[in-house]
Amino acid sequence: MATTTVKPETLVGKRIRRREDPRLITGTATYLDDIKMPGMHHACIVRSPHAAARIKSVNVKPALERPGVVAVFTGEDVKDVGSVPCVAQLPGLRRPHHHVLAQDRVYFVGHPVAVVVATDRYIAADAADAVEVDYEELPAVADPEKALAPGAPAIHPQWPDNTAFTFHQEGGDIEKAFRDADVIVKQRITSQRLVPNAMETRGVVADWRAAEKSLTLYSSSQAPHLLRSLLASIFGIPENRLRVVAPEVGGGFGSKIDVYAEDMLMTFVSQRINKPVKWVESRRENFLCTIHGRGHVDYYELAAKRDGTMLGLKLKIIQDLGAYLQLLTPAIPTLSVLMMPGLYKFQNISADVIGAFTNCVPTDAYRGAGRPEATHGIERMVDILAAELKMDPAELRLKNFPAPDEFPFATATGLAYDSGDYALTLNSALEQVNYTGLRREQQQARAQGKLMGIGMSAYGEICAFGPTPATPTGGWESATVKIEPSGKVTILTGASPHGQGEETTFAQIAADELGVDIDDVVVLHGDTALVQYGIGTFGSRGTAIGGTALYYALQELKTKIKKFGAMLLETEDVALVGGACVHEQSGKSVSFTEIAAAAYRPMKLPPNTQPGLVATYFWEPPNFTFPFGAHVVITEVDPETGEIAIRRYVAVDDCGNIINPLIVAGQVHGGVAQGLGQALWEQAVYDNNGQLLTGEFTDYAVPRAHMMPWIESSHTVTPSPVNPLGVKGVGEAGTIGCSPAVVNSVVDALSHLGVRHIDMPLSPEKIWKLIQAGGRA
Amino acid sequence: MIPQEFDYSAPGTLKEALQLIADGERKVLAGGMSLIPLMKLRLAAPGHVVDLGRVPGLNYITESGGTIHIGATATHHDIEMAPLVRGRSPLLAEAASHIGDMQVRNRGTIGGSIAHADPAADYPASLLALEAQVRLVSAKSDRTVAASDFFLDPFTTAIEPGEIVLEVLVPAEEGSEGYRYEKVSHPASGFAIVGVAARIKKSGGKISFARIGVTGMASRAFRALEAEKLLEAGADIDKASATVGEGQEANSDLSASADYRRHLARVRAKRAISVALTRAS
Repeated sequence: MATTTVKPETLVGKRIRRREDPRLITGTATYLDDIKMPGMHHACIVRSPHAAARIKSVNVKPALERPGVVAVFTGEDVKDVGSVPCVAQLPGLRRPHHHVLAQDRVYFVGHPVAVVVATDRYIAADAADAVEVDYEELPAVADPEKALAPGAPAIHPQWPDNTAFTFHQEGGDIEKAFRDADVIVKQRITSQRLVPNAMETRGVVADWRAAEKSLTLYSSSQAPHLLRSLLASIFGIPENRLRVVAPEVGGGFGSKIDVYAEDMLMTFVSQRINKPVKWVESRRENFLCTIHGRGHVDYYELAAKRDGTMLGLKLKIIQDLGAYLQLLTPAIPTLSVLMMPGLYKFQNISADVIGAFTNCVPTDAYRGAGRPEATHGIERMVDILAAELKMDPAELRLKNFPAPDEFPFATATGLAYDSGDYALTLNSALEQVNYTGLRREQQQARAQGKLMGIGMSAYGEICAFGPTPATPTGGWESATVKIEPSGKVTILTGASPHGQGEETTFAQIAADELGVDIDDVVVLHGDTALVQYGIGTFGSRGTAIGGTALYYALQELKTKIKKFGAMLLETEDVALVGGACVHEQSGKSVSFTEIAAAAYRPMKLPPNTQPGLVATYFWEPPNFTFPFGAHVVITEVDPETGEIAIRRYVAVDDCGNIINPLIVAGQVHGGVAQGLGQALWEQAVYDNNGQLLTGEFTDYAVPRAHMMPWIESSHTVTPSPVNPLGVKGVGEAGTIGCSPAVVNSVVDALSHLGVRHIDMPLSPEKIWKLIQAGGRA
Repeated sequence: MIPQEFDYSAPGTLKEALQLIADGERKVLAGGMSLIPLMKLRLAAPGHVVDLGRVPGLNYITESGGTIHIGATATHHDIEMAPLVRGRSPLLAEAASHIGDMQVRNRGTIGGSIAHADPAADYPASLLALEAQVRLVSAKSDRTVAASDFFLDPFTTAIEPGEIVLEVLVPAEEGSEGYRYEKVSHPASGFAIVGVAARIKKSGGKISFARIGVTGMASRAFRALEAEKLLEAGADIDKASATVGEGQEANSDLSASADYRRHLARVRAKRAISVALTRAS
């Protein structure tokens, strides 16, 4: 037994390089498409080229005749396989039965019509082209407002009004707020459809073992346990005979929470051919068939007093749902409603959501999921109000924030914001850019005919989804910590990280709590046969909930470790310090490895204690967390061409305590990139016939490295009281804070021309036309 | 995505390559930056692809008698970096530097690019402004056509069945002229929404020579002849630029309407001419 111990430096709060990166950047990680199995077959899906059509006939014979093709399945074969699941609950929600292959009609371009199974993926691809489908085209509607208009073609014939649901929420006394108002500003604001574009497309390998009546399904998923539960219930496979593995997942951004038709279809195919079968989504299919995000047309009315006091907000959301309801589709705009007050104190709201079916691929959660739309709306409305009141937009915001001592802050939408100092982040960002100096510079620039804009957003978000009553998938998370007999530490997290870096952050937390070297900690995830039941990674929940479950599992283990330590040291009173149990008075200690060995080969046991060192904890959070921040963007607009240049991008984010600043920086950078993509370039454009015009990377512009500004990222730290780590979440913050700051900046650059609003994306041509028309286009 | 099945030949000599394509039925592959994406999308489905990548000595960049000879399989990166091109035809090097991204410039070739004749490609503006020539060979012919006679329509050139682009011939310049390639890139594809290449020579403080090529604006790249004439006659840059694209039908798509494209061509022409003028000595 040693007599001295050295307390190691704590790792939480340090910039530790991601432990998952070596395998990722050396190309040795195993993604879905790297999986090969003996006897594995390959599937290729025949998809509809039309947005709306009746299927008159499907002739699979020319495909079946090709050498190497073993089966072709059509809608008839799968008509008794259940519906692709939607777990969202809304009163009166109309749920179209979402067959995994089209029955007699197709509803969007890319709708699966048949699946070809072959011994080789090239054979499958050629054979898919040989399937003859005879369509009778029907009128389509791709725009949600047009879909709701009288006389629009019915997407689902049984519901000619194309309305899946309506939803109303009210808080406070909205009518009084509008009666008391000196000023009411109104604006229609859109948040365009976006393609999530995970770097790795989706893919599935299904392996049915008839003799064992068991299925192993590999899927590029953010939530493997959820996928297991839903597949089990759809196919009647007992959950303990159904293993889902999420291998290395190359990004999801929400698009891989869903259970997709292809997960079910491959299960069906494997059961029918009694062989493993693989399907990997092409990039084209990813554009056409993986869920899209956003898709809002919003009508806002903001009421305020002349002094800038905001009184109330009315909002009507028209949500473009697409043709079907995916896992959470109709729930996403209800998150926009929850977030609609932003960071402001007013207590009166009224919101109406209309869910509109369209002949497009369904929308669902995409980075931010409802909160970017809401934040964009309120932050645009505040600027519009500032312009109306001729008030500085920063001053208007500062006037309406709740003070730090007003937390927990109850919103008109029923939330309790956990903690915050909203003025601190905004003031910090404004100071960094020398805001007052900039406004003077802007005056001078305008006098010289230059167009310079200063824009800001003060954003909040709902993170750490969430308490189970508010999260249709379940809102808790689980962790198991196993200390092996050698003293090495294995963590099994129910969260299923896919780029968030929890193999690093969770190891930091465990290494600190146990006082062991981080290299002695391994974090495993994503395999339902290995990991206890879990929920998954989405809604910035991994660390705030999964990390907290880990924290509590570690506390349980520490108690047990100390029992063994006390027994070995023959004392009552030990502390766990620097990887050893120490008796402070005598200085005697027993090392972690000695304790582990004693726990697994106990010559004797502490009272009421089992051998072994394993703890599992399921943590249900009492509330969401509410990160916040302020982004300030300085733009220059070319007066001749409307082209936008970002001169400075300052982000001050508060995500509570920070486990790893390097990973947080990565999240901010990635989030801002996607927010900037929405603000300036990205849009899923469907034409009137429901054809996706931006269905390739040659047409759909995601920001590249050279299109990104330098991001000046800093943080304030307001710990969350909701969890013992004090963390809030940061996965979506950048996306949420970015788009309103950029648009506010460009509108500010043109404000002296009378411009009050521009819908995203801010294409140079739109800006040029506004300049040409003196702001009146 | 997966292309349709096709046969593939990789001839080891030019002669063999020309024999393979003699009947005009086979598709020539160079760097693959245009053909392969089309094949992956099944928008192109050639039955037989003849790859020039194994033909040795086709990627030369040399000078003889005041002419720079650029072999068909010289990559955009080769052209961007070659001291000969940078020194004696810096406009072409500048244009090459704007093509695609690093990966595309490392794989893509000048022969492949011009044979594909995308109306939004970068080279045509410069090749027109440079009054370059393209040498075309087949198993039984060898001819040279002016760049202005080479680009005919979108994805259509003067190449006859059985011919390939052997080399591009660019007059080497003396170092006194100014040049500029101005480009508005499509944010997704990187192709030119418009691209304007300008060459300017000065004499006694005045513009004595102007050549302006425009790509991306219309169905094929063109010379802005009226603007050139006005500049050489002493008109100011604004006035000359305002004639760019006059009488030309401009392309219109999601990235830019016809009016905006024509406007961009004029603004970028003005800027290209201005920069070229400051670079001229």
